[in-house]
Amino acid sequence: MSVTGAGTAQQSPIDAAKAEAQARSAARAARWRDRLPAIAAAIGLVVLWQLIIVVFGVRQFIAPSPLDVIKVFGTKGDVLLGNFWPTLMEAFAGFVVGNVVAVLLAIWFVHSRLAEKAFYPIAVFINTIPIIAVAPILVLLLGNGFAPKIVIASLICFFPTLVNMVRGLKSVSPQMVELMRVLSASKREVLFKVRLQSSLPYLFAALKIASTTCVIGAIVGEWIGSNYGLGALIIEATYNFRSPLLYATVFLGAGLAVTFFTLTTLAERWLLKWRPANAI
Amino acid sequence: MAVATIEPGSVADPGSATGSQAAISIDHASVTFGEHADTVVALSDITIDFETGDLVTILGPSGCGKSTLLRLVADLVPSSQGSVAVFGQSPDVARRAREFAFVFQDATLLPWRSALDNVRLPLEVGGGGRIEQHAAPEELLALVGLEGRENALPHELSGGMRQRVSIARALVCKPKILLMDEPFGALDEITRDKLNVELLRIWRDTGTTILFVTHSIPEAAFLGRKTLVLSANPGRVLSYFDVDLPNDRHLAMRDSLEFVNVTGHLRDLLEQAS
Repeated sequence: MSVTGAGTAQQSPIDAAKAEAQARSAARAARWRDRLPAIAAAIGLVVLWQLIIVVFGVRQFIAPSPLDVIKVFGTKGDVLLGNFWPTLMEAFAGFVVGNVVAVLLAIWFVHSRLAEKAFYPIAVFINTIPIIAVAPILVLLLGNGFAPKIVIASLICFFPTLVNMVRGLKSVSPQMVELMRVLSASKREVLFKVRLQSSLPYLFAALKIASTTCVIGAIVGEWIGSNYGLGALIIEATYNFRSPLLYATVFLGAGLAVTFFTLTTLAERWLLKWRPANAI
Repeated sequence: MAVATIEPGSVADPGSATGSQAAISIDHASVTFGEHADTVVALSDITIDFETGDLVTILGPSGCGKSTLLRLVADLVPSSQGSVAVFGQSPDVARRAREFAFVFQDATLLPWRSALDNVRLPLEVGGGGRIEQHAAPEELLALVGLEGRENALPHELSGGMRQRVSIARALVCKPKILLMDEPFGALDEITRDKLNVELLRIWRDTGTTILFVTHSIPEAAFLGRKTLVLSANPGRVLSYFDVDLPNDRHLAMRDSLEFVNVTGHLRDLLEQAS
């Protein structure tokens, strides 16, 4: 960079822009250097997988090679994509519904000891029921459409968010509570000025879990009585020994979960700028 | 009743203080915590008046109820017996009228708000928006020496700076009384000295009545026009006296003989207290 004390006066805007661009590309290069080991390891594992298939002559219906899987993305792209959108929709709707309900319940619990005493144990009980066992019940109740899948996805998101949100809303220091009392703040003001922001780090810890589990919920929902979605495609591909398609579907599901997770992390970074990097 | 208002920052002259109105008067007040067998008496039969415009330091062994005394005045703990009046009103009414502000040991800032927005907080809650006679938050930050740091977030400020923000926040509604609970207790000595001097300046400039709880003998002597010493188990008034030092305080005077006499006296009292 060309910024010196005496030189700044003569420096043209173009030079400054150049210097800035240089700094930015240097930072980008550093970030890539950080990621290099992970990328290399991933490529290495895929190559190893290809070698094992070839060397041991594994038949395709038992385990496909990575090249077979990549090929399926080309030949069966329309099938994959057609089943991808419903799953995305269900997972996202489940994520929103489950978390909104959990946050509202947590706010209620924090303001009413009675509500917390009455419903918290029930929430814990619901959480202990295996989600795979609930799925058939919900299909019977809600039919074959989107509804049972969304409910399953939201159920799976619900509990971690409820627990974390209750903790987060209560994480306000006793001195802060005293300060708000000296200021004669109402419960509503304490909620909106203090509690909600204080709970954000806890909420995002839960949302990151929920961002991947909601995809699991949607896929599990599609396993039971469904003829569309990544879950249904997994079942169909398995029964027909179309293992490259099966693997491609699994990767697509994983990709969806990773995308949700990344978006949640980006939202967290944006909303929690006020947090020092080394806090809890 | 004729009310003699005292010019802010004049006096710790015992003679002239008698005519002034009591900012806070506590009448045979006791505070107990817990119930039945587990009852702990934090304060027992306290009777004392704090005069308008005074700067009183409150000293005592740990567990003597110094903080409880401040919290009693601030309507944060109720009295189990006796009464407390803040400018003749109950603490509850005084709290709603923003007659007093509280400064805690911890700065207690909202970490997502800038220094300036933290100072503004009292104007945004509890009907603070109705207060027309409030101070300008920007000017208060300048008063506590934080000009240019208005937009800094709490984690970007040092411990001393955070405490300055919390003092500015306490002053924003122009309270008549400032209740300070070991506000500099967590700071290093150099920062603490600096803030002591600045607090005296703020006290002189604003004329606010200040009750200042501390566990540091030199701090109690240096800041206090009067010092209240409490004894422990249960908390009672052991001594309440005028600090016999010149009004114009500066750090160097802490090496003077008269200062050492005061701290010596305080140390004797504390020994009796525990």
